[in-house]
Formats: sequence, C-alpha cells, structure tokens
Amino acid sequence: MPLPDVIPFIGLGWSDVLFLILSGVVLAAAFAVVFGRDIIKSGLFLILTLGALAGIYVMLGAAIVAGAQVLVYIGAISVLILFAIMLTQSKLAPVKLAFQTQVTPAALAAVLLAVLFGLAFGSTEWGSTVFTDTPAATGTAPVAAALFGPYLLAFEIASVLLLAAVIGGLYLAMEPKGDDVGEELP
Amino acid sequence: MSQIAGHLEPYLVLSGMLFAIGSFGFLARRNAISMLMSIELMLNAVNLAALAFGAFIPSLAGQGAAFALLIIAVAAAEATVGLAIVIAIFRNRKTPLVDEYDTMRQ
Repeated sequence: MPLPDVIPFIGLGWSDVLFLILSGVVLAAAFAVVFGRDIIKSGLFLILTLGALAGIYVMLGAAIVAGAQVLVYIGAISVLILFAIMLTQSKLAPVKLAFQTQVTPAALAAVLLAVLFGLAFGSTEWGSTVFTDTPAATGTAPVAAALFGPYLLAFEIASVLLLAAVIGGLYLAMEPKGDDVGEELP
Repeated sequence: MSQIAGHLEPYLVLSGMLFAIGSFGFLARRNAISMLMSIELMLNAVNLAALAFGAFIPSLAGQGAAFALLIIAVAAAEATVGLAIVIAIFRNRKTPLVDEYDTMRQ
C-alpha cells in the first residue's frame, strides 16, 4: 500500500515532518551544548547537532556539503574538541560555575538577536522558489563550477590557510623547552 | 505537497535561532572550550543560511554550497588554532576558565 502524500490529521507532508524533527533535534542539542554543566556531554551534544544539521543539508539538496560536514566536523573537529576537553579538565578547574557573571546580558543579547533575525527574515521579499517538496539535489557540477570558477582564489587561500593552521597549531601545542621564559613551576 | 520544507523562510529562521543560541553560549560560558563550541554552532548557522539561499534562489545555485565548503575549511583552521591556544594557555595557567586569564589586568 503506498503511503499517502499528506499525513492524515496533521496536514503536513512527509518532508515537513522530517524537517521539523531534524530542526527540533538541532535546537534541543544546541541548547544542551550551551546550557550543559558537564562539558564532555556538551561536546557529545555538539556532535548530535552537527549530525542533524547534515540531515538538513541533505534536505536542501547539498549532499556534498553534508558529506563534508560529517567528515570534517563530526570526524575531525569534534574529536579535536573532545581531546582538548580531556586535556584541559583538571581537578583544579571547577565545573560548578559554568556561566560568567554577564549571563543575563548575554541572554538578553541573544534573544534580541533572534528577534531581529525573525523580523528581518519575515519582512524581506527574497524572491525565492517555492518547491512542492524539498529542493531537488543539484549534484556537484554547479558547486564545482562556482568553487573552481569565481571562487578559485578563495579556494587556494583556504588551502594555504589550512596549512598555516596546521603548522601554527602544532607550534602552539608543542611542549615548551625547560628553559623557556614564562614557564611556571609546578 | 509541502508547507514547510519547500519554503526558504523556515530554514532561515532555524539558522537565526541556532546563531542566537551560539552567540549566547559564546558570551555566557566561562570555559574556553565551551566558547569554541559555541563558535562552531554559529558557523554552522551561517552554513545553513548559505545553503538555503543556494537551494532556493535560482541565481545563487551552486554558490551556497561553495560558500559552505569554504566556511567549513576556515572553521577547521579556526578550531585547530583555537584549541591549540587553549591548550597552550592551560599549560601555563592550569585552568580553562577565561575569566581567570587576567594577568594583563593586574
């Protein structure tokens, strides 16, 4: 029996339900990242956020970006963050007070930012296409045409930037020599 | 027939909310690594907006994904250097809390 186009009693299509589930996961996990007391759990919820965002990228027809998201963010950056957490959480670092004293102004600023975004998005005429379903996957040809055409210089600069970041990160995280200035006694 | 997933605005609203959550985390958390995680959330919100524009506005087809890929590369570089700096400071100060990095204020 084929599935109906519209879910009965709700009136939403299947892609709507998928979008709502994924965006709910994204927002809930992002809240858990920001508000969580345990920083290891924050890191794990960050992985969940990035994974659900990769699903939304697939819904937008950008499978190549979703793949890069899984490879780079979930595979590399999350592991880097988890390693940094394990390297820097000592018993001397209290985990109780997670927030700064400026938490109330920060919350106000964030809410104001969200309201501003909502107003801007709602009041602007974007001239966008309306699809009957999610946007169709366009493949990688337009991406490659943009990346290796008008954005070729940015692409090359990004590769140089990555090299510089690797060398800089290696240098910064290197164990300093014993006679280095600035080393504190244990 | 789709009422939500086929329109541009829901993706933009989700992106805006994610950016706001990330900015709150960046402003409010004490731990330097939590702040870096919040930056990743904000960068992902920007990625989502770029991809939504690329998918829904015909003259931007392909450019949104190109932007998103470049942003991912820059975010990887930022995370590498940022976490290395946090580890380097932690080696000296023995704390990851940013409000205790106040040597230059004393």
